[in-house]
Amino acid sequence: MAPLVPSHEELERRRIVDINAETVANIPSTDFPGHWPGESHEWSLERFRDGFRIEFHQNKQFESSFSLIGLDAAIANAFRRIVVAEVPTLAIETVYVHNNTSVIQDEVLAQRLGLIPLKGSVEGLNWMRWFKKPTDDDPNSGSNLSDFNTVVLRLDVECTKNPNASRDEEDPRKLYKNAHVYAKDMVFHPVGRQEQYFTGEGAIQPVNPDILVAKLRPGQKLEMEMHCLKGIGADHAKFSPVATASYRLMPDIKILRPIIGEDAKKFAKCFPKGVIGLEPITAEDARQDSEYQGHSGELKAVVRDPFNDTVSRECLRHEEFQGKVKLGRLRDHFIFNIESTGQFDSDVLFLESVKVLKLKCARWKRGLTDLMR
Amino acid sequence: MSREAYQVPSLGGGNAFSNDNLGASSLDGPLVAYLCGECNARVSLKRGDQIRCKECGHRVLYKERTKRMVQFEAR
Repeated sequence: MAPLVPSHEELERRRIVDINAETVANIPSTDFPGHWPGESHEWSLERFRDGFRIEFHQNKQFESSFSLIGLDAAIANAFRRIVVAEVPTLAIETVYVHNNTSVIQDEVLAQRLGLIPLKGSVEGLNWMRWFKKPTDDDPNSGSNLSDFNTVVLRLDVECTKNPNASRDEEDPRKLYKNAHVYAKDMVFHPVGRQEQYFTGEGAIQPVNPDILVAKLRPGQKLEMEMHCLKGIGADHAKFSPVATASYRLMPDIKILRPIIGEDAKKFAKCFPKGVIGLEPITAEDARQDSEYQGHSGELKAVVRDPFNDTVSRECLRHEEFQGKVKLGRLRDHFIFNIESTGQFDSDVLFLESVKVLKLKCARWKRGLTDLMR
Repeated sequence: MSREAYQVPSLGGGNAFSNDNLGASSLDGPLVAYLCGECNARVSLKRGDQIRCKECGHRVLYKERTKRMVQFEAR
């Protein structure tokens, strides 16, 4: 039996998630995504390559937005999850407190320090290896501290009175020296080959130098050493390379019957600016659609740019638009937004996630061959 | 009672808060530095010394922070 060939309407219907006034319909994927009974959906690299597209909307150093078109939600979600939780970064892991007479407790301070995003030369960060922690069963296991797995930072600050401050000064930052301790007060101490990798601009330093770490008063002192290790977001959020990494589906607006004149203006107001445009009705329109007859010269609503729509469903609340509009989302159009915390560029992060997924697939494949043996 | 054997309290009132240091002067312990709770001055006290700041007379003293290094996990 020859495989069934779905009609164009059917293909279009499958592509769209319906958004109704109070429900969302046609959501589920089939049991085997992308496959329907009786039809041939044989996997072919060529067909995937033809159907797959990437479009960049924005590519700033620390925030990028792009669309992946023509793949299943499972894959898109895998990339998102890997970016959030499995791309390795460097963060402060252990804090050795020699002295801390400030009001902030050691453990609270240590936790705050851990969350400070660090940056350094990407080449050096990629050269760094994991530090394997000793287990409870065998305290002698785990790796030794080396230049390729540990970065040492120091924070030595003492607050003193500022003799030059005026008598009626009330701002503690002017009244005292080092009243506020910022992330920029951490000093990088390179060891071994780190001196070659992390030089000049590429030195390990906080991405945002003005993060307030602690407040001091004269006589109070901080003296600590921090060890930074490589880790992944699944272990602790401080290792996550992104502030946010999310996707949304491309909105789809269909005007089923003409919306004319004042209604068109009201309709445009139901959407964010630029989503709905107003165009004059031409004689051509009037000839094609009987509803336009006698309205030529008036304005009609047209869908101009659904990308910016928030899918607020506002238009579905109004009586006059009943049955005239259909909202939906394109099932296979993922608009990603990746915001880096600063250690890596945002577009590199996505490529890293692809790399990680590839490694995972290779590991799984190895596992399967082992199973066969 | 691990550090020293139990001593029968003397009738003469040899407790730490009393002003006469008759019993304590013979037993010289190590000098321990404290910080005054009022003026933050350093006060060195021996065993049996009167618990009082030498600068301001405040009677609340705090122990200094340990000089040992303390390790924390930043999580």
